[in-house]
Amino acid sequence: MPINVLMPALSPTMEKGNLAKWLKKEGDAVKSGDVLAEIETDKATMEVEAIDEGVLAKIVVPEGTADVPVNDLIAVIAAEGEDPSSVQAAGGGGKAAPEAKAEAKSEPTSAAAPAPADQNTTPGGGHMSYERVNEAPEGAQPGGTAPQQQAGAGGRVFASPLARRIAKQEGVDLAAVEGSGPHGRIIARDVQAAKASGGTKAPAPQAAAEAPKAAAPAPKAAPAGGAPAGLTLDQVRGFYAKDSYEEVPLDGMRKTIAKRLTEAMQVAPHFYLTVDCELDALMKLRETLNASAGKDKDGKPAFKLSVNDFVIKAMGLALTRVPAANAVWAEDRVLRFKQAEVGVAVAIDGGLFTPVIRRADEKTLSTISKEMKDFAARARAKKLKPEEYQGGVTSVSNLGMFGIKHFTAVINPPQSSILAVGAGEKRVVVKDGAPAVVQVMTCTLSCDHRVLDGALGAELIAAFKGLIENPMGMLV
Amino acid sequence: MSDTYDILIIGAGPGGYVTAIRAAQLGYKTAVVDREHLGGICLNWGCIPTKALLRSAEIYHYMQHASDYGLSAKEVSFDTAAIVKRSRGVSGRLNGGVGMLLKKNKVDVIWGEAAVDSVAKGNQPGQVTVKESKRAEPPKGAKGAGTYQAKHIIVATGARPRAIPGIEPDKKQIWTYYEAMVPETMPKSLLVMGSGAIGIEFASFYRTMGAEVTVVELLPQILPVEDGEIAGIARKRFEKQGIKILTGAKVTKVEKGADSVTATIEGGDGKTQQITAEKLISAVGVVGNIENIGLEKLGVKIDRGIVVTDGLGRTNVPGLYAIGDVAGPPMLAHKAEHEGVICVETIKGLDTHPMDKAKIPGCTYCQPQIASVGLTEAKAKELGFAVKVGRFPFAGNGKAIALGEPDGLVKTVFDAKTGQLLGAHMVGAEVTELIQGYVVAMNLESTEEELMHTVFPHPTLSEMMHESVLDAYGKVIHT
Repeated sequence: MPINVLMPALSPTMEKGNLAKWLKKEGDAVKSGDVLAEIETDKATMEVEAIDEGVLAKIVVPEGTADVPVNDLIAVIAAEGEDPSSVQAAGGGGKAAPEAKAEAKSEPTSAAAPAPADQNTTPGGGHMSYERVNEAPEGAQPGGTAPQQQAGAGGRVFASPLARRIAKQEGVDLAAVEGSGPHGRIIARDVQAAKASGGTKAPAPQAAAEAPKAAAPAPKAAPAGGAPAGLTLDQVRGFYAKDSYEEVPLDGMRKTIAKRLTEAMQVAPHFYLTVDCELDALMKLRETLNASAGKDKDGKPAFKLSVNDFVIKAMGLALTRVPAANAVWAEDRVLRFKQAEVGVAVAIDGGLFTPVIRRADEKTLSTISKEMKDFAARARAKKLKPEEYQGGVTSVSNLGMFGIKHFTAVINPPQSSILAVGAGEKRVVVKDGAPAVVQVMTCTLSCDHRVLDGALGAELIAAFKGLIENPMGMLV
Repeated sequence: MSDTYDILIIGAGPGGYVTAIRAAQLGYKTAVVDREHLGGICLNWGCIPTKALLRSAEIYHYMQHASDYGLSAKEVSFDTAAIVKRSRGVSGRLNGGVGMLLKKNKVDVIWGEAAVDSVAKGNQPGQVTVKESKRAEPPKGAKGAGTYQAKHIIVATGARPRAIPGIEPDKKQIWTYYEAMVPETMPKSLLVMGSGAIGIEFASFYRTMGAEVTVVELLPQILPVEDGEIAGIARKRFEKQGIKILTGAKVTKVEKGADSVTATIEGGDGKTQQITAEKLISAVGVVGNIENIGLEKLGVKIDRGIVVTDGLGRTNVPGLYAIGDVAGPPMLAHKAEHEGVICVETIKGLDTHPMDKAKIPGCTYCQPQIASVGLTEAKAKELGFAVKVGRFPFAGNGKAIALGEPDGLVKTVFDAKTGQLLGAHMVGAEVTELIQGYVVAMNLESTEEELMHTVFPHPTLSEMMHESVLDAYGKVIHT
């Protein structure tokens, strides 16, 4: 039987590589351990070794070919006693591999998913090739295990046999089809519906499989070919001892956080601006205001302002003072707002919500304070209505209560910025040429560069800082 | 104020009682109303008791042919009353079983004739009035007449025999399945109007028991819903057994004598003939029970005697649902059951889809048996499919030969383009127990490849199912 040599996977995440050089020519005898070729990825170079003896009958992929998908047939070795000139690709894999290659050309990232199971092994069940890793930042896999693990960078697609066949015939990418069968399995009618809706091409199968109907405006802005979806379950499991962990299923909130924030980091170019805000004036004002609060009928103060209430109000006012920053990215345009909508991250058991304070610029501190108390309580009870946590132009995330001095936050799409607020602490600073002890809070604004350029972001956070340090401005 | 139920189902036939149990499983406070019997026609006057009768006929047939198997059975005879008694006993036992299942699932049984007064509006539940039924004694623990409130009301009232004007059943000479199920004596001669499953099963039963049987079918083919080739094979077998079959023929007139009926039959060729028989069984289909249950008043949309639903059991009136025979063909117990489950799961908000009616199997328990699922060859072609058809005869199967059942055929119809199994059609021994293999395959959306790769046990009749698939693709082994 002829032996197929397939494009090996250097790492579990590798999808394709460049065939840098053939070290054997067609007709050369090869024996186990001989280096056949060199493969390059952006991370490393590796050698493909023969594990069987024979004659290199055919080089399928010439050297210098870039972006050869993993598991594509690259050469055929004629086994001992076989006529190299008459050798075709080996049975089973032989027929499937060229097909997989043809598919791979039209739909670059889909080839890995549906096909490779058959192709990873020779008819005898052994691995066809393995790689010596010269440099493997993700940690070398023992030879032979890697090709199996990389089966389907997008995870396994569950589809009925008929759905698979129709998808193949009609050129529908199954990874982009949402299944309506049992357990989300793709069945024939889903493929037919995808075909009818023109879903024959998906630019980013992995992302699409996660959220084919995601309302997010982002996908078109995504880099061509999509971003990697991360390691598959089997790949991750492979890194750890079997009994060293327990598996926790995802709830809807965790899925949404993972999806939205991954998307945000991939789609929105973040940059970060950090300022220190002096709090002494604010703390004094807060004390005065809280002391002046009237009592309600139960004898409790009518309000008790927190530092965060001031931060929300200051962000709201800053947005209206820097109107160009009061905007979000929307596919091919920018939506600019008149009122300031400020989301506030509320940590709850197992996740977080970001309810949005509308018209934060206009509302009084006591109103904001009252709304936040209500939001926080209902967020913890998971009783927020969707319209209460949707929208917003920016958000405030405050980890000061955990003693965090400085951090950066991930923008919550479709917003265009988020302010990461650290703890207010006494620090020694130089004032008028002399050391002075002041209360300082470090804040870092993450900005979506599509909407906010550096100078604009700086203007926004400067306006914020000005309000925090001169808080009387928030009372008028 | 009476109890308020989440779900109240009118009709405790196979659709109704299964729906009730599923509703109870989903946590709903559920009641089911019936006026006559738990388990409905199916269990009491249909599917089940006929199977009991046919089993007697089958064994009688074997005994008459005992010598074929090297056995001797002398003075083989039967006792009509005992056969009927056994059949009623089977129904009675299952009827009691349904009662136990409902009790176990805490479903209330309400006894009487129900009519819907109103459906739920806002927080106000719908109302059903139940009047006392004189048809049968209530089962133990059943609630009686009164008004009952329910948030969701499901109509599962089933169907009854269709009556043709001028040939109305009279319980004496002109029978429906009710009378045919409990003969006092075996008629010497019988005329069966209609060659659907009901007509053919009774024709087969009475012929085996010795009656002269004539079947009259209006359409050019007996068993009109079945594949033409299969029906043709069945017809030859029936005729060989001595059943006289007239297709493309119509009973135009029936005159009743003292102990007989004389039917005037116009053949498809224009010839008219008269046939006299002791009894006539009218088996010309069933019609939905849509009357006197308040549907008209509520403005429920009805089309040609069928309550119109959205495929998930919902009618045009919110809060009112219909499943089973009243909701349209195929009027089969297993369709009703499945429809009922979909209906309550939809109410629950589970992810449901309308049933794919192309994947509902049908079985006829005549001798030979007939079973099918999906499209006939003719229908597939009519729909524009390029088809691949596989056939495998019983004569090529070892188990069939060993059983002494060498007659029959397993036929498969594939879409040549995609390999989808469009239909499967069988005639022969035990095929009603075989068809489910194909039904599962169709529901899993198998192509010919998975069916070919499936290992079928040897020696079984099921091997023919494999061979039929192989035949469709030119790979058959045993022919």
